[in-house]
Amino acid sequence: MTTLSVSLTVNGKKVSADVEPRTLLVQLLRENLHLTGTHVGCDTSQCGACTVHVNGDSVKSCTILAAQADGADVRTIEGLAQAGVLHAVQEAFREHHGLQCGFCTPGMVMSSADLLVKNPNPSEHEIRTWLEGNICRCTGYHNIVKAVQHAAQTLRQTAQAAE
Amino acid sequence: MYAFDYTRPTSVADAVATLASDSDATVLAGGMTLIPTLKQRLAQPSQLVDLGALPGLAGIRREGDTLIIGAMTRHADVARSEIVAAALPALAALADGIGDAQVRHRGTIGGSIVNHDPAADYPSAVLGLGATVVTDRRQIAADDFFTGLFATALEEGEIVTEVRFPLPKRAAYVKFPNPASRYAVVGVFVAETGSGVRVAVTGAGPGVFRAGNFEAALTASFTPKAVEGLVWSADDLNSDMHASAGYRAHLIGVLAKRAVATIA
Amino acid sequence: MSVTSIGTSVKRREDKRFLTGKGNYTDDMNRPNQTHAYILRSPHAYAKIAALDVSAAKAAPGVVAIFTGDDMKVGSIPCGWQVHSKDGSPMKEPPHPPLAQGFVRHVGDQVAVIIAETYSEAKDAAELIEIDYHPLPAIADAKKALEPGAPPVWPDVAPDNLCFDWHIGDKAATDAAFEKAKWVAKLDLINNRLIPNAMEPRAAIGDYDVSNDLHTLYTTSQNPHVIRLLMGAFVLGIPESRLRVVAPDVGGGFGSKIFHYAEEAIVTWAAKQIERPVKWTAERSESFMTDAHGRDHHSHAELAMDDQGRFLGLRVATIANMGAYLSTFAPAVPTYLSGTLLAGVYTTPAIYGEVKAVFTHTVPVDAYRGAGRPETTFLLERLVDVAAEVSGIDRVELRRRNFIPPDAYPYQTPVALQYDSGDHAGCLDRALEKSDWAGFPARKAESAARGKLRGIGLSTYLEACGIAPSAVVGSLGARAALYEVGSVRVHPTGSVTVFTGTHSHGQGHETTFAQVVSDQLGIPIESIEIVHGDTDKVPFGMGTYGSRSLAVGGSAIVKAVDKIVAKGKRIAAHLLEAAEADIVFADGKFTVAGTDRSKAFGEIALAAYVPHNYPIETEEPGLEETAFYDPKNFTFPGGSHICEVEIDPDTGVTQVVRFTAVDDVGRVINPMIVEGQVQGGIVQGIGQALLENCVYSEDAQLLTGSFMDYCMPRADDVPFITVDHHTTLCTHNPLGVKGCGEVGAIGCPPAVINAVVDALKPYGVSHIDMPATPEKVWQAIQAARPAAAAE
Repeated sequence: MTTLSVSLTVNGKKVSADVEPRTLLVQLLRENLHLTGTHVGCDTSQCGACTVHVNGDSVKSCTILAAQADGADVRTIEGLAQAGVLHAVQEAFREHHGLQCGFCTPGMVMSSADLLVKNPNPSEHEIRTWLEGNICRCTGYHNIVKAVQHAAQTLRQTAQAAE
Repeated sequence: MYAFDYTRPTSVADAVATLASDSDATVLAGGMTLIPTLKQRLAQPSQLVDLGALPGLAGIRREGDTLIIGAMTRHADVARSEIVAAALPALAALADGIGDAQVRHRGTIGGSIVNHDPAADYPSAVLGLGATVVTDRRQIAADDFFTGLFATALEEGEIVTEVRFPLPKRAAYVKFPNPASRYAVVGVFVAETGSGVRVAVTGAGPGVFRAGNFEAALTASFTPKAVEGLVWSADDLNSDMHASAGYRAHLIGVLAKRAVATIA
Repeated sequence: MSVTSIGTSVKRREDKRFLTGKGNYTDDMNRPNQTHAYILRSPHAYAKIAALDVSAAKAAPGVVAIFTGDDMKVGSIPCGWQVHSKDGSPMKEPPHPPLAQGFVRHVGDQVAVIIAETYSEAKDAAELIEIDYHPLPAIADAKKALEPGAPPVWPDVAPDNLCFDWHIGDKAATDAAFEKAKWVAKLDLINNRLIPNAMEPRAAIGDYDVSNDLHTLYTTSQNPHVIRLLMGAFVLGIPESRLRVVAPDVGGGFGSKIFHYAEEAIVTWAAKQIERPVKWTAERSESFMTDAHGRDHHSHAELAMDDQGRFLGLRVATIANMGAYLSTFAPAVPTYLSGTLLAGVYTTPAIYGEVKAVFTHTVPVDAYRGAGRPETTFLLERLVDVAAEVSGIDRVELRRRNFIPPDAYPYQTPVALQYDSGDHAGCLDRALEKSDWAGFPARKAESAARGKLRGIGLSTYLEACGIAPSAVVGSLGARAALYEVGSVRVHPTGSVTVFTGTHSHGQGHETTFAQVVSDQLGIPIESIEIVHGDTDKVPFGMGTYGSRSLAVGGSAIVKAVDKIVAKGKRIAAHLLEAAEADIVFADGKFTVAGTDRSKAFGEIALAAYVPHNYPIETEEPGLEETAFYDPKNFTFPGGSHICEVEIDPDTGVTQVVRFTAVDDVGRVINPMIVEGQVQGGIVQGIGQALLENCVYSEDAQLLTGSFMDYCMPRADDVPFITVDHHTTLCTHNPLGVKGCGEVGAIGCPPAVINAVVDALKPYGVSHIDMPATPEKVWQAIQAARPAAAAE
């Protein structure tokens, strides 16, 4: 079996691993790096539970080979809170009950966090459309959308305060 | 996935040479179709030739009345490009509606048109605008490029490098997404170009195609009214559990009219 | 200090771990020296396995072992509920082996397990297994499966595919009622087949401790004790004392993780064979073809009315698809969880229901969020709308005329159940107000100006949950009891660990249950831990389904805390040198009534564990109590849901634009969590009504085998949802709670379809089956257009 050596930055730390070429990024994260917060909910790239950031963009880590992420900067749900302080999106999900079973949550949070970088003031419609790539079976999305709206507000206020 | 080898060439020439030397090798662009296909063990390539490291294949530029998009340009980059927004907003809107946000962060225009999924969005723009597909060895007119279901005019091992879109006077794309997969059940791209009105339809048939009767009607009068009541035959259209051929034929008319209405 | 937190939206204590990627789901776990299993499944709906050769696969790289049905000769996966036919004969009950014994009976049926060092190696090796299948004719449609000559699923057990032919109610009285009818409303409808699709695919890890002969199963289950009982006693013959079942964090269930599945038995059994842990995790495509499906009923219903629109009689005949094997609760769903609710919220005096349960070559069908009650509610609430059409009586008024009035409670229905409380007109009034029912015409006109058809629909429902009284369900065929256990361990310093037999997989028990205990003991929530999901820690309990956790499990905890308080009073009486009868417990303090002499809860706990000054003659040391609570009755949540849709007549696309739910779920402990449960249920209901459909081909190939074809509701498919309450308390459990987990999925679908039919009224549409997909709606419009045009 041929293996490849891949090196990447995950949550700010440089990591390397020897993997089969057919290894997916999500497998590298979960199996090699034991970052099990990133979940696998489907095999057709639709549920979005595996969403992580690769070079600052949300992607489905079940649909990218570990080899393709060689040299990339990857952030997972485990790397979103800084110094023990929840990210505004995490905090808003907690505050607004944007999660129930928690399985889709890491992907939902990572996807939402990416949205708010790209669109700091999204409309309800823009939030719902952006989250097309993340399926939740528990919440009916109501509180997820509310949480993203509130996180957006918090982040805008933080940004204004910093100016 | 079956086991495979993986290479990541750093020049188009190297990529072409690798493909020429291994007929079971497959090109990996964004991987949004290929990787799910491999995961389901529906394909068994000997190796993947990842174009992700090729220099110069990703990028958007305008040269006069032509918009040029590199083959490895991601949907998200087309969707939020100021150049595309100014020159060809219909294309930006189309790119912004492909798959979902995460897919748009990986999927590429080259991968989309080479795959020629009958329900993909991009082929309708390429055909509807009469674009030119540029490869490592030649230029192919859109009318010659898409040859059938998941089939194109590309030779074995030929690599698309960019797509050149002649800028139209006006253009619009309207899509009726499959509620589950969000692929196009039907998508209609309407454009008034320098060489006449073109109407390209995706999702409905075994591949993207032009709707001649709609083009003729819109050539006579570029108004929603001109296509009202026009019928596209259901005979050669797809029929599946999501939409019958008759329904798809009906949607072609509805979407064409709506596309025209947005720009008429 | 007052710690009254009941009724407040305490933020969930479980969220931090989920939000930071620290959840502990089964697939996140790995055991030392673990192997990986891939399960080879049948591509055929029905076939004889003529030959099976695993020799080449066994030699493949990394393979540890391969087992087929010839190797794994164990007990049959049992069905937990026995229904009898009209003639008194028991249901036909075919065997359900974990690995196929010579035949496969649905696409996805287990044929062999390949165990290897890695999952990829196991899957690679599976391709080397040679199987000679002899395909046989197969059938998926339950109605057609009953026709003469249909391919049998079980030629020896049930050659006509009929599992049972059950009935409920008084046929003669009902027929007599129809004789007197002024109007009769009739309806044929299909309750579409659904695939539950909890976001976490099922997974299981079998672990075997050779030195102590102990088995451990980690599994994605809603009820680890039930799995231990079914698998240990019936399938593998392992005594409970040697079998531990752990269900850690579980990513949603919706019913689909109640049932004992073959894979659980396979990994538990195989781990012993190879003396290494065996891990299996479903790929989503496997979930589609192995998780028990839901609904799949065909019904014909008739409602007789007098000249005032009062319901005189109801007749219903249903054909229910059981799939190829009888899953754990399957026979109960169309019968005791469905037929017993045919009265709904109405005073219909004569009711007769019949159910034919049918085997087909499909995945077993069992309880899915609502389990029987959505089926009946959809049928009734569609039928009442048809009755309104037939009689010309306004649909709101018609419902009002037939509601069971609040003063009629407790109300004995003609179909076994006795409802304890409810106020249906109150729910309806509030829903009409919250939804601005009166303002609908203006909104309809506004939609019309944009070329859209707008419709409004309602449902007024009641359901039975909090399952359930053991003696009652036992008399109805349940093979297990349905009480629940709560165990409260007070630690020496006064902190508390609560063990519950229910399981939380999204419902927030760690928060809600802690609120209940905090309120009762007057101590902070932070001092209370809730433990669930491990048979080695928790006494025997029945798990979470049927919206029973708070009503039954919460009540058990309350009873256990009552015992703690009672013992605490006796200890306090000793310490305070007062009579036990004079001790009152409030706000975390045991006080001598009418004095300021008191002992804090923590002091009593310490005294119990350091019994220096203690009534040791009469009291054991320690402070730990367990209660098993068996409810006296079901609980009966109800409510009124109102939906507004907008339809694009050119494409048939239907969008839910407003949704209002006013539910009576009894006392609300945590409003935030209850609203979340209701919203989630409603969106599953919208999914059933508009988007979701499990489709099999004629010959029983599964056509909707992935999210590419099975349409899950997405954020952009639904609007914000208005949730409100109109509460009457449950009269027979200590908390007055009724249950909220399923009301959304139960009340919603008929409101949506009633709205769609309302919108399509100009086209003469009187019914549309779920899901009302764009093409179906467009076809309905097309079918009517010539008539509409002629007007």
